[in-house]
Amino acid sequence: MARIVGVDLPKNKRGEIGLTYIYGIGRSSAQKILDKAGVDRNIKVKDWSDDQISSIRKVVNESYKVEGELRSSVQLNIKRLMDIGSYRGIRHRIGLPVRGQSTKNNARTRKGRKKTVANKKKATK
Amino acid sequence: MSRSLKKGPFIDFKLEKRILEMNDSGKKSVIKTWSRRSVISPDFVGHTIAVHNGNKFIPVYITENMVGHKLGEFAPTRIFRGHGGKQK
Repeated sequence: MARIVGVDLPKNKRGEIGLTYIYGIGRSSAQKILDKAGVDRNIKVKDWSDDQISSIRKVVNESYKVEGELRSSVQLNIKRLMDIGSYRGIRHRIGLPVRGQSTKNNARTRKGRKKTVANKKKATK
Repeated sequence: MSRSLKKGPFIDFKLEKRILEMNDSGKKSVIKTWSRRSVISPDFVGHTIAVHNGNKFIPVYITENMVGHKLGEFAPTRIFRGHGGKQK
């Protein structure tokens, strides 16, 4: 079982894919990590030797911001926007899309589940 | 897409001139500006700038954290007073 930065990696996936289970590592950085650690991308996670695991661990620790550290830095960035009272910060505060998307319809990811308005009458002539 | 670094940040020439003059003379007063598109440079820190929002001027006190944002981000142009309510 390979544990890297506190995350259990899936055993039966190729290393390139397995590494992406870590928050902050996607396909492209997973490939870079494996190349730098000198591990073949196609070796499955369960077949990694202890040496390979430790060299991967070293690369990740040295040059990648992952998991808790990354999450907290993202939160700090958002908090900074809110504190200085910028437009983006205000949008974060009231839970609406931040990057200028339309909010007439949709935008449900930011707004959450639909809130039905009671007694909303259809426009009558 | 973000702006090319080669050009440097955009600051309205007149606004920058007035800020630099104030920095030289050490005076502080509120500057009215319509230039919402200007980037806040480190020279602005500590000044209060009244940014136009299309209707009136919103005073914005510039702090260190705001450097790199644009003036318009701090003067909202729309007021949302909530939906619906009781029907008459």
